Amino acid sequence: MTNSATPVIEFRDVGKEYGNPNEGGTVVEALAEASFEIHKGEFVAITGPSGSGKSTLLHLIGLLDRPSKGKIFVDGTEIMNLKDDQLARLRNEKIGFVFQQFNLLPKTPAIRNVELPLVYRGMGAGERHDRAKKELGAVGLGDRLNNKPSQLSGGQQQRVAIARALVTNPSLLLADEPTGNLDTKSGIEIMKLFEDLHERGVTLVLVTHNPDLAGQADRQIVIKDGQIVKDTGGKNGHD
Amino acid sequence: MDTIELFRTATMAVRVNKTRSFLTALGIIIGVASVILLVSIGNGLQAYITEQFKQLGSNVLFVVPGKVNLGGGGGGGGGARSAFAGGFTSKFTFEDVQNIGRLGDPISAASSAVTKSITVKYRNKTYDATLDGVDENIKQVMNLELTSGTMINRPMVERSQAVAVIGPKVVENLFAAGEDPLGREIDISGRKFKVIGVTVSKGGGFGGGGDQDSIVFVPLTAAAKLIGAKNPAEIFVIATSPDAMSQAATKVKNYLYRKKLTNDDFTVLEPTQILSTINSVLGTITGALSGIAAISLVVGGIGIANIMLVSVTERTREIGLRKAVGATYRDILTQFLLEAILLSVLGGMIGILLGGGLAWLLSRFISTAVTPGSVVLAFGISCLVGVTAGIAPAMRAAKLDPITALRWE
Repeated sequence: MTNSATPVIEFRDVGKEYGNPNEGGTVVEALAEASFEIHKGEFVAITGPSGSGKSTLLHLIGLLDRPSKGKIFVDGTEIMNLKDDQLARLRNEKIGFVFQQFNLLPKTPAIRNVELPLVYRGMGAGERHDRAKKELGAVGLGDRLNNKPSQLSGGQQQRVAIARALVTNPSLLLADEPTGNLDTKSGIEIMKLFEDLHERGVTLVLVTHNPDLAGQADRQIVIKDGQIVKDTGGKNGHD
Repeated sequence: MDTIELFRTATMAVRVNKTRSFLTALGIIIGVASVILLVSIGNGLQAYITEQFKQLGSNVLFVVPGKVNLGGGGGGGGGARSAFAGGFTSKFTFEDVQNIGRLGDPISAASSAVTKSITVKYRNKTYDATLDGVDENIKQVMNLELTSGTMINRPMVERSQAVAVIGPKVVENLFAAGEDPLGREIDISGRKFKVIGVTVSKGGGFGGGGDQDSIVFVPLTAAAKLIGAKNPAEIFVIATSPDAMSQAATKVKNYLYRKKLTNDDFTVLEPTQILSTINSVLGTITGALSGIAAISLVVGGIGIANIMLVSVTERTREIGLRKAVGATYRDILTQFLLEAILLSVLGGMIGILLGGGLAWLLSRFISTAVTPGSVVLAFGISCLVGVTAGIAPAMRAAKLDPITALRWE
């Protein structure tokens, strides 16, 4: 199904409104008529000030929310009519999440944290363990498999989270302010890791309000008051 | 999510917060333990009383003076006989006893007894015992057995002989250790009686009834003379078989009605009837007490529901994360439901052990019986409490919107 012509993510006139006009409440337009494509291997930064609609865009790309109008395609699949559980399954297959707060399960060894998405995929324990171990090795934590989050530094915790996001071989890695909770040194290390992933061909979408961080990406999408005000296009071709 | 993984997640959640898990399960622990304990006491009591009643002849009817209301319970075991005997003036005559004995099938014999509390003396020792004036049928009526000597027989009754068969407690209190009481003369109200036999110990009477081990049996005629009794205190009617009891009872009643006695003057008691009445009363009491104990199970369930709700709120981020990486509604629902069930079932198992342990400790003083039925019931109830208490919190968790749960930005 996936080929070079099919974008990983395609937004076609996507809008998102909050509030119900039938109940007489005010309708807030969080996102207006956004259209763009993200192709395999791209490194995209989405930036914008607080309240710009950045979060809304993030939720929509991450398949955590449905649009009010327009269409979203993930690897060619339209998501509008999918049920909650089907969306959950699609998230599991297509999207890897990295959060500002890491969101690791507390008191749970690193390897078990990385295994989690595979657990929901129904994969057997042996294969799960092998894949999680390999992925932790790839982010440089091969010797920390059984450490709990509290025994790891912030940078290490974020690496565990990245390993968890990548263990499913997702079509897209979606990172929300991944360095926001880290000191400068750890932040630089994480950004270096993202560069490496980009070189390996992983499709990356980075959401941040930090312009310096966004500068490292190939393509910039800037959003303001629910409108995409700037899109530098991608090296893989954007129309 | 496969079953093993679900269990791993649930046990982990319970283990991580040990103190809280224990306190949460405490309500269930106490509830289950008290149900197990109370049921075991009730069962033990029933078994004990049934055992005591087996000591009475199964084909013997007791005719006692006055109106005895069985619903009022009363003494059990060997005491059932004498407990019903006192308090009313007897209107029976010794002639009645003879006539009842001759009523024919299904009555094979009738006998009677007079009874009084007396003090027995031997040398310088005294003992407060019960004097029972009886005839040769008493062996069958009370299932008496002797450790040594012989029982009172017909000729002794006819000749009003001064002989006595005494209980083991009487022996213990009057004679020195190792001294053979057979052939010795004991003093009852100033008259000498020669000991001819000692009965087998049957254990103490329960609940204020008579104590069979403290009885001094003497021939009926001798006892009547000694205590000045003109009427038998009670009549024992021996039927041909245990199946003919009610038929025999009817025959006895009809005879007494012909003698112008009314239902207020006498009561015909069947041991099995007394037993079933006592057992049904005990069953009701046990049931009521267990019901009260079961209330603490409900309280325990509410405790679990409460903590699970707190836990869902605390772990909102975890739930959001799980949903983001692909957990379905069902995945989250079963996870939290299983956690509640685990808490409740662990509590139930500890409760069963605790209740069983307490019942075992108590069995040194009173008889208790932990039945498999009560264990299965307690276990089942704790599973049910877990499901009921867990369903609302688990549904709340499963319904959480991942966006709100993750609180991005």
